[in-house]
Parts: sequence; C-alpha cells; structure tokens
Amino acid sequence: MRTCLVVDDSSVIRKVARRILEGLDFQIVEAEDGEKALEACKRAMPTAVLLDWNMPVMDGYEFLGNLRRMPGGDQPKVVFCTTENDVAHIARALHAGANEYIMKPFDKDIVTAKFQEVGLI
Amino acid sequence: MTPLDYDYLRKLLKERSGLDLSSDKQYLVESRLVPLARKSGLAGIPELVQRMKGGGAEALTSEVVEAMTTNETFFFRDKIPFDHLRQTVLPALLQARAARRSLRIWCAASSTGQEPYSIAMCLKEMGAALAGWRTEIVATDLSQAVLEKSKTGIFSQFEVQRGLPIQLLVKYFTQIGEFWQLNADVRAMVQHRQLNLLQDFSHLGTFDVIFCRNVLIYFDQETKTDIFARLAKMLEPDGVLALGAAESVVGITSVFKPYPDRRGLYCLGTASVARAGAPIGLRAAASAVR
Repeated sequence: MRTCLVVDDSSVIRKVARRILEGLDFQIVEAEDGEKALEACKRAMPTAVLLDWNMPVMDGYEFLGNLRRMPGGDQPKVVFCTTENDVAHIARALHAGANEYIMKPFDKDIVTAKFQEVGLI
Repeated sequence: MTPLDYDYLRKLLKERSGLDLSSDKQYLVESRLVPLARKSGLAGIPELVQRMKGGGAEALTSEVVEAMTTNETFFFRDKIPFDHLRQTVLPALLQARAARRSLRIWCAASSTGQEPYSIAMCLKEMGAALAGWRTEIVATDLSQAVLEKSKTGIFSQFEVQRGLPIQLLVKYFTQIGEFWQLNADVRAMVQHRQLNLLQDFSHLGTFDVIFCRNVLIYFDQETKTDIFARLAKMLEPDGVLALGAAESVVGITSVFKPYPDRRGLYCLGTASVARAGAPIGLRAAASAVR
C-alpha cells in the first residue's frame, strides 16, 4: 500500500491531513518534526511526504535537503503544506526538491488536486 | 415557494439560459435565490417572482439567471483534456497551420477564466514553437459578472491551488496580498465576450479548437443537438472539440464523432466530413508514416 508521511508539529493538522489522505487510500505515518521524519524515512521510505515548513528541532526545508541526499531519498514525492505563502518561500522549496506546494489553509479538493498533479493519484 | 413560482422560474431559466431544471430541484433554486432576494430587499422567492412578473425588472431577471447558472471551474480541470491539447492537438496544429501561422481557440463557457487562462498557459509553454504566430483565445459566457472577474485575472489562494501546478503559479502570476494576478501578457491572450449559447454565435468566426465543457450537461436533448449542429459549423474541417468528462455526443448527434484514443475530444463526424479532411492528429500521423 502507498504510504504518506505527514510531518507537522500541529496534531490538529496531522489529524485533518490523515483523514483526507486515508480517503485517498494512503497509509499514514506521522512525525512532529523534521528529525523524527528523517528517522521514519530511514525505517521505511514513504511514497509521499506532506511537509510543514516551520517546526521545532528541524524545519521542513532542512528535512527536505537531508531527505534528498539519503539513499532512495529522491523517490518520495514531497508536497509542502505551510503558511509560508510567498513566492520566495515557494521558489526555495522547489529549488530544494519539492514537487508541489500547498498554502494553508487547505481542504480536501486542494490536497487531491496537488497529489494528482504529481502523479500520486 | 409555491409550485407556480417554481414553474415560472423553470420556464424563465429554460428560455434565458437553456438550463433544464427537473421537477425536484426546488432546494437548488432556494439555496441560490433566497440570498439574492434578500440582497434585493425582498422577503423571499415569492416576492422575487412577483417583482419579475411585474415587468421593468430586467436587471433583477439577469441576476436570477446568473445566480442559477453553475460557474464552478478550476485551472486545468480534469487534467486529461489539457494533456491532449499539449501532446496531440497543439503539435498537430503546428504542422497543419504552418503556412498561415495562426490559431483560434474558443472557450464556450469560460466562467471566471480558469479554462481560457489554462489554455493560454499551455500556449505560453510551447515557447519558441509559437513565436511569430497569431494566437487568439475567445472566452465567452452567459454571465457578465463572471466575465468581469475573469478579465481581472485575479484569483484567490484557494482558486490557484485547485489544478494549477505550482511551477506555473510562480511563473505566470504576481502575488497581491492574499490574491494572485495573472501577468498582463497572459491576460492579453484572452478576449472576453458575453454570449448565450442558445442564440446565434456564427459571428465569432471559425475556430481550430473549441472547448465547450461542462455546460451542455445542463441542457435538454433537443437543445444539445441544436448546439452541436451550430458548433460543427464553427469548427475548422480538421478542428477539435473538447467536451466535459461527463459529456458525450453519443446518441445525441452524428455531426461529431469521438477523436480516436483521446477521451473527451471530438472531431467532425461523417455527416460533416464532406468539408473536412482527417482530424489533425490523424493527418499528422499519416504524413509521419509517409
């Protein structure tokens, strides 16, 4: 089954994302910061990552750089999901290897559209 | 709302927009028209109907029609038609129109602009291949209000996230606070005109591609047949018609037939083919074989 790693320090956001993504037939793994997310990727590389930017310990941008340097880390489709909604942040994320970008607030239609866009659905 | 009020509204909407409401859509009418009635200082739908019947309420009648016609749209809706446009239709037209170097595309129910602007971005992405070409995208809709919104090219954060790839957002839009505006060069590619598909549209001229998506679904069979017949006259003999995912010509008309292996696309059928060649993709494929 396809897995999606949901990385966000907000348990509410993780819960909302889980509900949406389970509806799209993904098995969900959760992490509350970038460091825990990297550990999860070492255990099992997910199919997709839904990634917040601002988090304690290790933020999403640093996590993405580390992920892309890991063996097999080029495989997961990474979709940022963040309140950082300016062009400069979007450009940085794409440059770092993000596949898509969701600006919070989001809903099921947006997540579905973005996952379709990167070929996950 | 009394049954008589509902009948009056059904007839009005059929005459003005072709919208074919079944007998069980009172909830839809109430959800769309009660807010409009209140905004107009009226207590509810019976008073709204009374005002329209009284005459001299043309502006209010137009608002009723606009409120009832569905305007949902988003960028690159259904994705596949735009993949076909990029991968099959436009490359074939580049060959077929190489001598005259011009393309005309019509979005026949363009709503707030996401569809014509998606096409405009597809053309932009063709880059140098279209350098020196005259490209024209005509966007028409029944509603003047949605056309006015479309002309601004301004979309909310929600709207730009439904179907628009992030790379295209960064490339073709400028952020204005919480909104995003299409850059002027993309907006300039689209001409807006108010048009009711029930009325004559032959003055628009002929087109290489017609997008008429997710609008005919609201019309009755007879109206669909009539519109297909008139659309066929607007299409270049080797042109392509794109319909919505839930729409088809099958069982309705023979003036169009499905485009081979390209779901959602149609070309002129045998009834119309006397003035046509093979559809562009097939013609290109045939010349490649030669």
